[in-house]
Amino acid sequence: MYGFEAMTFNIHGGYLEAIVRGHRSGLLTAADYNNLCQCETLDDIKMHLSATEYGPYLQNEPSPLYTTTIVEKCTLKLVDEYNHMLTQATEPLSTFLEYIRYGHMIDNVVLIVTGTLHERDVQELLEKCHPLGMFDSIASLAVAQNMRELYRLVLVDTPLAPYFSECISSEDLDDMNIEIMRNTLYKAYLEDFYRFCQKLGGATAEIMSDLLAFEADRRAVNITINSIGTELTRDDRRKLYSNFGLLYPYGHEELAVCEDIDQVRGAMEKYPPYQSIFSKLTYGESQILDKAFYEEEVKRLCLAFEQQFHYAVFFAYMRLREQEIRNLMWISECVAQNQKSRVHDSVVFIF
Amino acid sequence: MVTSSSSWARALVQISPYTFSAIGIAISIGVSVLGAAWGIYITGSSLIGAAIKAPRITSKNLISVIFCEAVAIYGVIVAIILQTKLESVPTSKMYDPESLRAGYAIFASGIIVGFANLVCGLCVGIIGSSCALSDAQNSSLFVKILVIEIFGSALGLFGVIVGIIMSAQATWPNRA
Repeated sequence: MYGFEAMTFNIHGGYLEAIVRGHRSGLLTAADYNNLCQCETLDDIKMHLSATEYGPYLQNEPSPLYTTTIVEKCTLKLVDEYNHMLTQATEPLSTFLEYIRYGHMIDNVVLIVTGTLHERDVQELLEKCHPLGMFDSIASLAVAQNMRELYRLVLVDTPLAPYFSECISSEDLDDMNIEIMRNTLYKAYLEDFYRFCQKLGGATAEIMSDLLAFEADRRAVNITINSIGTELTRDDRRKLYSNFGLLYPYGHEELAVCEDIDQVRGAMEKYPPYQSIFSKLTYGESQILDKAFYEEEVKRLCLAFEQQFHYAVFFAYMRLREQEIRNLMWISECVAQNQKSRVHDSVVFIF
Repeated sequence: MVTSSSSWARALVQISPYTFSAIGIAISIGVSVLGAAWGIYITGSSLIGAAIKAPRITSKNLISVIFCEAVAIYGVIVAIILQTKLESVPTSKMYDPESLRAGYAIFASGIIVGFANLVCGLCVGIIGSSCALSDAQNSSLFVKILVIEIFGSALGLFGVIVGIIMSAQATWPNRA
């Protein structure tokens, strides 16, 4: 019953919620980012990070450091924390935590299939996969030739199986199909997650609905912008939009017929939460749009921590960590390539 | 004797007043302890988890657990007081209005104390959980949230006061 979760939530979820809030206090602050932005070399970054919670993960790395090493070790920390929480969770929290991984699984599947198409080595691709999205039979994705085989050989045993019903076809895989497959899978995943949260009810349903609706709307805008000028038809584009969120259904109708960024902006400015994002775009630069979306997402994720006794804090924490890792990657790349003037272009401060 | 012809009324007044008293005493201690235990586990699970990253909060936040425990002690005290009010009356006087009144007074006192302590324990437990989590992030918040807890624990005290007043006038009829 909504409003009375405080009475029974702590039986199963109290300890883990307290742990995740403890992890949240270890996120890097604006002061940390300022220190990192003033580093000259990657070794300086390593030294600053060893004073934060990333210390134990980076201290054994030999110089010379590479950006990929830093990002890999930071991701490892996230994976360790996630596994620690997952092993201690009971139902329905454990199912909720598993749902957080499916997005990464989809990305890994697409990465391997695309890489195989471009004749890369499977081992090399496996190393680039996100560790949260690994599953047992992932290496055998490389042998599939079309989507039906992909499904039948590998994916039918994974949790992604139910998301494939809409996109099985016998066409051979090429770049366009793979992108459509990725977006169709992600659409099915978001809708499934949304339904699951609604079933949980209470504060979890309310906060997760808001967060997932924002995610669905952001993906709709990105799909629209990326497909302007390609051969994706309007009907195909409309099929890739999720069926929940602020933009459903009227915003989707408008976005489906957009042909350039100004039309997209016109369609989005009717929605007050997104109006502030799109008013910052003066001449349609998509990098500013990405950063604006990330900032809005971070703001909403931080708000999820204001309420106690719900599961959305776990989702919010994972997303905030991923944003932090993106920030670290950007800062490391800028430092490594000596372009420190651009470092503030894409760093989103969390606190 | 009762002249009402309603069968429910006759049934109720023919239950022994000692039954009502005993149930009242049981509720006073049992439901108070339920409230205290509920509050303690709500606070304790959050406190343990939060203390992993912020070990300094453990000693201060035991106050929340102590407030919940006090609720159980109220229940024990009132139960002991109530059972001293039980006296034997001769069988001829067992269904006198005086006896019934004494039985009902002890019953009501037990219910008052039990349920007041139940909600008080729950209240203090939930606030204690939030207190532990906030203290782990920002230690200046502890004292402010403690004030809220103190107001919450006053609720149990109200129940105890009224319960003791109720039971004070539970006088059984003297031997004729």
